[in-house]
Amino acid sequence: MGDESLWTIFINASLVNNFVLAYFLGICPFLGVSSKLDTATRMGGAVTFVMLVSSICAFGIQALLVAIDAPYLKLISFIAVIASTVQLVEMFIKKVSPALFRSLGIFLPLITTNCAILGLALFQTNKGYSFLQCIVFALGAGVGFTLALVLMAGLREKLELAEVPDVTKGTAMALMIAGLLSVTFMGFGGLGG
Amino acid sequence: MATPTKSSTDEFIKGLWKENPVFVQVLGMCPVLAVSNTAMNALAMGLATAFVLVMSNIVVSSLRSFIPKQVRIATYILIIATFVTVVDYAIQAVSLDLYKALGAFISLIVVNCLILGRAEAFASKNTVGRSMMDGLGMGIGFAFALFCLGAVREVLGAGSLFGAQLFHDSFQDWVVMILPSGGFFTLAGWLLLFNWLKQRKAKREPTAALGLSKEVA
Repeated sequence: MGDESLWTIFINASLVNNFVLAYFLGICPFLGVSSKLDTATRMGGAVTFVMLVSSICAFGIQALLVAIDAPYLKLISFIAVIASTVQLVEMFIKKVSPALFRSLGIFLPLITTNCAILGLALFQTNKGYSFLQCIVFALGAGVGFTLALVLMAGLREKLELAEVPDVTKGTAMALMIAGLLSVTFMGFGGLGG
Repeated sequence: MATPTKSSTDEFIKGLWKENPVFVQVLGMCPVLAVSNTAMNALAMGLATAFVLVMSNIVVSSLRSFIPKQVRIATYILIIATFVTVVDYAIQAVSLDLYKALGAFISLIVVNCLILGRAEAFASKNTVGRSMMDGLGMGIGFAFALFCLGAVREVLGAGSLFGAQLFHDSFQDWVVMILPSGGFFTLAGWLLLFNWLKQRKAKREPTAALGLSKEVA
Protein backbone atom coordinates (compact mmCIF):
# COMPACT_ATOMS: atom_id res chain seq x y z
CA MET A 1 0.00 0.00 0.00
CA GLY A 2 3.01 2.26 0.53
CA ASP A 3 3.31 3.31 -3.10
CA GLU A 4 -0.09 4.92 -3.69
CA SER A 5 0.13 8.29 -5.39
CA LEU A 6 -0.72 11.32 -3.27
CA TRP A 7 -3.62 12.25 -5.52
CA THR A 8 -5.17 8.77 -5.16
CA ILE A 9 -4.89 8.97 -1.39
CA PHE A 10 -6.57 12.36 -1.33
CA ILE A 11 -9.49 11.32 -3.56
CA ASN A 12 -9.86 8.05 -1.69
CA ALA A 13 -9.97 9.67 1.72
CA SER A 14 -12.25 12.55 0.79
CA LEU A 15 -14.76 11.02 -1.64
CA VAL A 16 -14.55 7.26 -2.24
CA ASN A 17 -14.00 6.18 1.34
CA ASN A 18 -15.51 9.25 2.94
CA PHE A 19 -14.86 9.01 6.68
CA VAL A 20 -18.41 9.81 7.67
CA LEU A 21 -20.46 8.15 4.98
CA ALA A 22 -18.42 5.02 4.26
CA TYR A 23 -16.49 4.35 7.48
CA PHE A 24 -19.03 5.82 9.92
CA LEU A 25 -16.38 7.75 11.81
CA GLY A 26 -17.38 10.95 13.53
CA ILE A 27 -21.10 10.27 13.40
CA CYS A 28 -21.73 12.03 16.72
CA PRO A 29 -20.70 15.53 15.56
CA PHE A 30 -22.15 14.68 12.15
CA LEU A 31 -25.62 14.31 13.67
CA GLY A 32 -25.06 16.79 16.50
CA VAL A 33 -23.79 19.95 14.81
CA SER A 34 -25.22 19.52 11.34
CA SER A 35 -28.41 21.47 11.89
CA LYS A 36 -26.90 24.84 10.89
CA LEU A 37 -24.74 25.52 7.85
CA ASP A 38 -22.68 28.11 9.66
CA THR A 39 -21.59 25.96 12.61
CA ALA A 40 -21.09 22.95 10.34
CA THR A 41 -18.48 24.82 8.29
CA ARG A 42 -16.59 25.97 11.36
CA MET A 43 -16.68 22.54 12.94
CA GLY A 44 -15.33 21.07 9.71
CA GLY A 45 -12.46 23.54 9.73
CA ALA A 46 -11.54 22.80 13.33
CA VAL A 47 -11.66 19.04 12.78
CA THR A 48 -9.50 19.27 9.66
CA PHE A 49 -6.91 21.26 11.56
CA VAL A 50 -6.79 18.86 14.52
CA MET A 51 -6.62 15.94 12.09
CA LEU A 52 -3.54 17.44 10.41
CA VAL A 53 -1.74 18.10 13.68
CA SER A 54 -2.58 14.76 15.30
CA SER A 55 -1.70 12.89 12.12
CA ILE A 56 1.79 14.38 12.21
CA CYS A 57 2.10 13.57 15.94
CA ALA A 58 0.84 10.02 15.42
CA PHE A 59 3.44 9.47 12.74
CA GLY A 60 6.19 10.48 15.15
CA ILE A 61 4.82 8.32 17.96
CA GLN A 62 4.52 5.27 15.76
CA ALA A 63 8.17 5.63 14.75
CA LEU A 64 9.15 6.01 18.41
CA LEU A 65 7.07 2.99 19.55
CA VAL A 66 8.58 0.80 16.85
CA ALA A 67 12.03 1.97 17.94
CA ILE A 68 11.46 1.05 21.61
CA ASP A 69 9.48 -2.08 20.68
CA ALA A 70 6.28 -1.33 22.61
CA PRO A 71 3.35 -1.60 20.15
CA TYR A 72 0.84 -2.25 22.94
CA LEU A 73 1.19 1.36 24.04
CA LYS A 74 -0.08 2.59 20.66
CA LEU A 75 -3.69 3.19 21.62
CA ILE A 76 -2.97 4.87 24.95
CA SER A 77 -0.32 7.19 23.55
CA PHE A 78 -2.43 8.12 20.51
CA ILE A 79 -5.42 9.11 22.60
CA ALA A 80 -3.24 11.00 25.07
CA VAL A 81 -1.61 12.93 22.23
CA ILE A 82 -4.93 13.76 20.60
CA ALA A 83 -6.36 14.99 23.89
CA SER A 84 -3.36 17.22 24.50
CA THR A 85 -3.31 18.44 20.89
CA VAL A 86 -6.90 19.55 21.22
CA GLN A 87 -6.06 21.30 24.48
CA LEU A 88 -3.08 23.00 22.86
CA VAL A 89 -5.05 24.09 19.83
CA GLU A 90 -7.70 25.48 22.15
CA MET A 91 -5.18 27.56 24.10
CA PHE A 92 -3.47 28.70 20.91
CA ILE A 93 -6.68 29.90 19.27
CA LYS A 94 -7.74 31.59 22.49
CA LYS A 95 -4.51 33.57 22.56
CA VAL A 96 -4.31 34.40 18.86
CA SER A 97 -7.91 34.98 17.92
CA PRO A 98 -10.44 35.36 20.73
CA ALA A 99 -13.21 35.94 18.18
CA LEU A 100 -12.66 32.58 16.50
CA PHE A 101 -12.39 30.95 19.92
CA ARG A 102 -15.80 32.25 20.94
CA SER A 103 -17.43 31.12 17.74
CA LEU A 104 -16.02 27.60 18.01
CA GLY A 105 -16.98 27.42 21.65
CA ILE A 106 -17.80 23.95 22.93
CA PHE A 107 -16.91 22.23 19.68
CA LEU A 108 -13.19 22.28 20.37
CA PRO A 109 -13.13 20.02 23.45
CA LEU A 110 -15.69 17.74 21.80
CA ILE A 111 -13.20 16.96 19.05
CA THR A 112 -11.25 14.81 21.53
CA THR A 113 -13.95 12.16 21.45
CA ASN A 114 -14.40 12.37 17.69
CA CYS A 115 -13.62 8.89 16.45
CA ALA A 116 -12.59 10.26 13.06
CA ILE A 117 -9.40 11.67 14.57
CA LEU A 118 -8.32 8.48 16.31
CA GLY A 119 -9.50 6.45 13.32
CA LEU A 120 -7.29 8.50 11.05
CA ALA A 121 -4.26 7.91 13.28
CA LEU A 122 -4.94 4.16 13.38
CA PHE A 123 -5.60 3.81 9.64
CA GLN A 124 -2.46 5.63 8.63
CA THR A 125 -0.29 3.38 10.79
CA ASN A 126 -2.11 0.25 9.59
CA LYS A 127 -1.52 1.26 5.99
CA GLY A 128 2.10 2.16 6.64
CA TYR A 129 1.98 5.57 4.95
CA SER A 130 5.06 7.74 4.63
CA PHE A 131 5.18 11.17 6.24
CA LEU A 132 3.98 13.02 3.14
CA GLN A 133 1.25 10.45 2.49
CA CYS A 134 0.04 10.89 6.09
CA ILE A 135 -0.37 14.63 5.63
CA VAL A 136 -2.29 14.21 2.38
CA PHE A 137 -4.42 11.48 3.95
CA ALA A 138 -5.28 13.73 6.89
CA LEU A 139 -6.09 16.62 4.57
CA GLY A 140 -8.32 14.42 2.41
CA ALA A 141 -10.14 13.00 5.42
CA GLY A 142 -10.69 16.50 6.80
CA VAL A 143 -12.05 17.78 3.49
CA GLY A 144 -14.32 14.74 3.22
CA PHE A 145 -15.61 15.27 6.76
CA THR A 146 -16.29 18.95 6.12
CA LEU A 147 -18.00 18.15 2.82
CA ALA A 148 -20.33 15.59 4.42
CA LEU A 149 -21.11 17.92 7.32
CA VAL A 150 -21.88 20.90 5.08
CA LEU A 151 -24.04 18.87 2.68
CA MET A 152 -25.97 17.43 5.59
CA ALA A 153 -26.46 20.85 7.18
CA GLY A 154 -27.74 22.27 3.91
CA LEU A 155 -30.30 19.50 3.61
CA ARG A 156 -31.39 19.79 7.22
CA GLU A 157 -31.86 23.56 6.97
CA LYS A 158 -34.26 23.01 4.08
CA LEU A 159 -35.98 20.24 5.97
CA GLU A 160 -36.83 22.58 8.84
CA LEU A 161 -39.46 24.13 6.62
CA ALA A 162 -40.84 20.89 5.24
CA GLU A 163 -43.80 19.13 6.76
CA VAL A 164 -42.90 15.61 7.81
CA PRO A 165 -44.89 13.04 9.79
CA ASP A 166 -44.44 13.37 13.55
CA VAL A 167 -42.70 10.04 14.06
CA THR A 168 -39.91 10.85 11.61
CA LYS A 169 -38.89 14.09 13.30
CA GLY A 170 -35.36 14.37 14.69
CA THR A 171 -32.75 11.68 14.55
CA ALA A 172 -34.72 9.20 12.45
CA MET A 173 -35.03 11.73 9.63
CA ALA A 174 -31.38 12.74 9.92
CA LEU A 175 -30.34 9.10 9.62
CA MET A 176 -32.47 8.56 6.53
CA ILE A 177 -30.90 11.58 4.85
CA ALA A 178 -27.46 10.33 5.83
CA GLY A 179 -28.33 6.99 4.24
CA LEU A 180 -29.31 8.66 0.98
CA LEU A 181 -26.13 10.77 1.05
CA SER A 182 -24.14 7.61 1.59
CA VAL A 183 -25.77 5.99 -1.45
CA THR A 184 -24.86 9.08 -3.46
CA PHE A 185 -21.25 8.93 -2.38
CA MET A 186 -21.07 5.31 -3.54
CA GLY A 187 -21.25 6.81 -7.02
CA PHE A 188 -17.64 7.93 -6.54
CA GLY A 189 -16.65 4.28 -6.21
CA GLY A 190 -14.90 4.04 -9.56
CA LEU A 191 -12.77 7.16 -9.08
CA GLY A 192 -10.08 5.96 -6.69
CA GLY A 193 -7.72 3.05 -6.99
CA MET B 1 -38.99 4.12 40.26
CA ALA B 2 -41.37 5.70 42.73
CA THR B 3 -39.00 5.35 45.66
CA PRO B 4 -36.34 8.05 45.98
CA THR B 5 -33.43 5.58 46.19
CA LYS B 6 -33.25 3.26 43.25
CA SER B 7 -32.20 -0.31 43.85
CA SER B 8 -29.29 -1.66 41.85
CA THR B 9 -31.72 -3.82 39.88
CA ASP B 10 -33.34 -0.63 38.64
CA GLU B 11 -29.94 0.64 37.50
CA PHE B 12 -29.57 -2.58 35.55
CA ILE B 13 -33.04 -2.57 33.98
CA LYS B 14 -33.01 1.06 32.83
CA GLY B 15 -30.11 0.47 30.44
CA LEU B 16 -31.90 -2.38 28.74
CA TRP B 17 -34.96 -0.54 27.56
CA LYS B 18 -36.03 2.79 28.97
CA GLU B 19 -32.65 4.48 28.60
CA ASN B 20 -31.30 2.17 25.92
CA PRO B 21 -28.02 3.78 24.81
CA VAL B 22 -28.64 3.29 21.10
CA PHE B 23 -32.37 3.53 20.54
CA VAL B 24 -33.21 6.18 23.12
CA GLN B 25 -30.04 8.15 23.86
CA VAL B 26 -28.48 7.74 20.38
CA LEU B 27 -24.96 7.44 21.78
CA GLY B 28 -21.97 5.59 20.41
CA MET B 29 -23.21 5.58 16.85
CA CYS B 30 -19.93 4.92 15.03
CA PRO B 31 -19.47 1.25 15.92
CA VAL B 32 -23.23 0.68 15.81
CA LEU B 33 -23.36 1.55 12.14
CA ALA B 34 -19.94 0.36 11.07
CA VAL B 35 -19.78 -3.23 12.26
CA SER B 36 -23.44 -4.22 12.24
CA ASN B 37 -23.34 -5.77 8.76
CA THR B 38 -23.62 -9.30 10.17
CA ALA B 39 -25.23 -10.53 13.38
CA MET B 40 -21.99 -12.18 14.53
CA ASN B 41 -19.87 -9.03 14.15
CA ALA B 42 -22.53 -6.96 15.86
CA LEU B 43 -22.78 -9.30 18.82
CA ALA B 44 -19.00 -9.53 19.24
CA MET B 45 -18.67 -5.74 19.10
CA GLY B 46 -21.54 -5.34 21.58
CA LEU B 47 -19.99 -7.75 24.06
CA ALA B 48 -16.53 -6.18 23.73
CA THR B 49 -18.02 -2.75 24.42
CA ALA B 50 -20.05 -4.11 27.34
CA PHE B 51 -16.90 -5.58 28.91
CA VAL B 52 -14.99 -2.31 28.60
CA LEU B 53 -17.98 -0.40 29.96
CA VAL B 54 -18.35 -2.59 33.05
CA MET B 55 -14.63 -2.65 33.83
CA SER B 56 -14.11 1.07 33.34
CA ASN B 57 -17.20 1.85 35.41
CA ILE B 58 -15.83 -0.30 38.26
CA VAL B 59 -12.38 1.29 38.17
CA VAL B 60 -13.62 4.86 37.77
CA SER B 61 -16.08 4.42 40.60
CA SER B 62 -13.55 2.89 42.97
CA LEU B 63 -11.02 5.64 42.25
CA ARG B 64 -13.56 8.46 42.22
CA SER B 65 -12.35 10.08 45.43
CA PHE B 66 -8.69 10.09 44.32
CA ILE B 67 -9.11 11.58 40.86
CA PRO B 68 -8.63 15.38 40.85
CA LYS B 69 -11.51 17.14 39.18
CA GLN B 70 -9.36 19.06 36.66
CA VAL B 71 -7.84 16.00 35.02
CA ARG B 72 -10.78 13.64 35.37
CA ILE B 73 -11.60 13.33 31.67
CA ALA B 74 -7.99 12.53 30.77
CA THR B 75 -7.90 9.95 33.58
CA TYR B 76 -11.11 8.31 32.41
CA ILE B 77 -9.82 8.08 28.86
CA LEU B 78 -6.58 6.46 30.04
CA ILE B 79 -8.53 3.90 32.12
CA ILE B 80 -10.80 3.13 29.16
CA ALA B 81 -7.84 2.89 26.77
CA THR B 82 -6.20 0.32 29.04
CA PHE B 83 -9.20 -1.99 28.96
CA VAL B 84 -9.66 -1.52 25.23
CA THR B 85 -6.06 -2.63 24.68
CA VAL B 86 -6.84 -5.74 26.76
CA VAL B 87 -9.93 -6.51 24.66
CA ASP B 88 -8.02 -5.82 21.45
CA TYR B 89 -5.35 -8.41 22.26
CA ALA B 90 -7.92 -10.88 23.66
CA ILE B 91 -9.97 -10.90 20.45
CA GLN B 92 -6.81 -11.27 18.41
CA ALA B 93 -5.94 -14.34 20.46
CA VAL B 94 -9.41 -15.93 20.34
CA SER B 95 -10.41 -15.46 16.71
CA LEU B 96 -8.26 -13.90 14.02
CA ASP B 97 -11.16 -13.86 11.52
CA LEU B 98 -13.29 -11.82 13.88
CA TYR B 99 -10.35 -9.51 14.56
CA LYS B 100 -9.98 -8.86 10.84
CA ALA B 101 -13.70 -8.28 10.38
CA LEU B 102 -13.90 -5.73 13.19
CA GLY B 103 -10.61 -4.09 12.23
CA ALA B 104 -9.82 -0.72 13.74
CA PHE B 105 -13.24 -0.49 15.33
CA ILE B 106 -12.12 -2.44 18.40
CA SER B 107 -9.53 0.23 19.11
CA LEU B 108 -12.15 2.86 18.45
CA ILE B 109 -14.16 1.69 21.48
CA VAL B 110 -11.93 4.19 23.32
CA VAL B 111 -13.75 7.13 21.80
CA ASN B 112 -17.22 5.63 22.15
CA CYS B 113 -19.09 8.49 23.78
CA LEU B 114 -21.30 6.01 25.63
CA ILE B 115 -18.42 4.76 27.80
CA LEU B 116 -17.01 8.18 28.62
CA GLY B 117 -20.56 9.41 29.17
CA ARG B 118 -21.32 6.71 31.74
CA ALA B 119 -17.99 7.27 33.50
CA GLU B 120 -18.67 10.99 33.81
CA ALA B 121 -22.41 10.89 34.47
CA PHE B 122 -22.73 7.82 36.63
CA ALA B 123 -19.60 6.03 37.81
CA SER B 124 -17.93 9.17 39.14
CA LYS B 125 -20.85 9.78 41.49
CA ASN B 126 -21.99 6.31 42.59
CA THR B 127 -20.76 3.31 44.56
CA VAL B 128 -18.86 0.47 42.93
CA GLY B 129 -21.77 -1.98 43.08
CA ARG B 130 -24.27 0.37 41.49
CA SER B 131 -21.78 1.48 38.85
CA MET B 132 -21.19 -2.14 37.94
CA MET B 133 -24.92 -2.77 37.55
CA ASP B 134 -25.27 0.40 35.49
CA GLY B 135 -22.40 -0.66 33.24
CA LEU B 136 -23.86 -4.13 32.89
CA GLY B 137 -27.32 -2.83 31.99
CA MET B 138 -26.04 -0.23 29.54
CA GLY B 139 -23.59 -2.70 28.04
CA ILE B 140 -26.20 -5.39 27.50
CA GLY B 141 -28.63 -2.81 26.15
CA PHE B 142 -25.95 -1.68 23.72
CA ALA B 143 -25.15 -5.25 22.65
CA PHE B 144 -28.87 -5.97 22.23
CA ALA B 145 -29.36 -2.92 20.01
CA LEU B 146 -26.32 -3.81 17.92
CA PHE B 147 -27.65 -7.34 17.54
CA CYS B 148 -31.06 -6.00 16.41
CA LEU B 149 -29.37 -3.99 13.68
CA GLY B 150 -26.94 -6.71 12.69
CA ALA B 151 -29.67 -9.35 12.46
CA VAL B 152 -31.90 -7.20 10.24
CA ARG B 153 -29.03 -6.26 7.97
CA GLU B 154 -27.74 -9.80 7.63
CA VAL B 155 -31.17 -11.38 7.03
CA LEU B 156 -32.12 -8.85 4.37
CA GLY B 157 -28.69 -8.28 2.89
CA ALA B 158 -27.36 -11.82 2.71
CA GLY B 159 -30.40 -13.99 3.44
CA SER B 160 -28.70 -15.62 6.41
CA LEU B 161 -28.40 -15.37 10.19
CA PHE B 162 -25.09 -16.20 11.94
CA GLY B 163 -23.96 -17.55 8.56
CA ALA B 164 -26.83 -20.07 8.28
CA GLN B 165 -28.89 -19.73 5.10
CA LEU B 166 -32.51 -18.81 5.86
CA PHE B 167 -34.22 -18.54 2.50
CA HIS B 168 -34.48 -20.53 -0.69
CA ASP B 169 -31.90 -19.89 -3.40
CA SER B 170 -34.34 -17.75 -5.32
CA PHE B 171 -34.13 -15.05 -2.61
CA GLN B 172 -32.71 -11.85 -4.05
CA ASP B 173 -30.27 -10.25 -1.59
CA TRP B 174 -30.83 -6.61 -0.73
CA VAL B 175 -27.24 -5.62 -1.36
CA VAL B 176 -27.83 -2.08 -0.11
CA MET B 177 -28.33 -3.43 3.43
CA ILE B 178 -24.76 -4.72 3.65
CA LEU B 179 -23.36 -1.49 2.22
CA PRO B 180 -22.75 1.50 4.53
CA SER B 181 -26.02 3.17 3.60
CA GLY B 182 -27.94 0.12 4.84
CA GLY B 183 -26.69 0.86 8.33
CA PHE B 184 -28.24 4.32 8.28
CA PHE B 185 -31.52 3.04 6.87
CA THR B 186 -31.84 0.17 9.35
CA LEU B 187 -31.14 2.37 12.35
CA ALA B 188 -33.59 4.96 11.04
CA GLY B 189 -36.17 2.18 10.75
CA TRP B 190 -35.64 1.04 14.35
CA LEU B 191 -35.85 4.62 15.61
CA LEU B 192 -39.09 5.10 13.70
CA LEU B 193 -40.50 2.00 15.33
CA PHE B 194 -39.48 3.23 18.78
CA ASN B 195 -40.94 6.70 18.17
CA TRP B 196 -44.16 5.16 16.94
CA LEU B 197 -44.44 2.90 20.00
CA LYS B 198 -43.76 5.85 22.29
CA GLN B 199 -46.41 7.99 20.61
CA ARG B 200 -48.99 5.23 20.65
CA LYS B 201 -48.39 4.67 24.35
CA ALA B 202 -48.68 8.38 25.08
CA LYS B 203 -52.01 8.48 23.27
CA ARG B 204 -53.44 5.42 24.98
CA GLU B 205 -52.44 6.27 28.54
CA PRO B 206 -52.83 10.03 29.01
CA THR B 207 -51.64 10.58 32.58
CA ALA B 208 -53.46 8.29 35.01
CA ALA B 209 -51.56 5.08 34.34
CA LEU B 210 -48.10 6.65 34.49
CA GLY B 211 -46.80 4.27 37.14
CA LEU B 212 -48.14 1.27 35.28
CA SER B 213 -46.64 2.33 31.97
CA LYS B 214 -43.22 2.53 33.60
CA GLU B 215 -43.64 -0.98 34.95
CA VAL B 216 -44.49 -2.24 31.48
CA ALA B 217 -41.58 -0.42 29.90
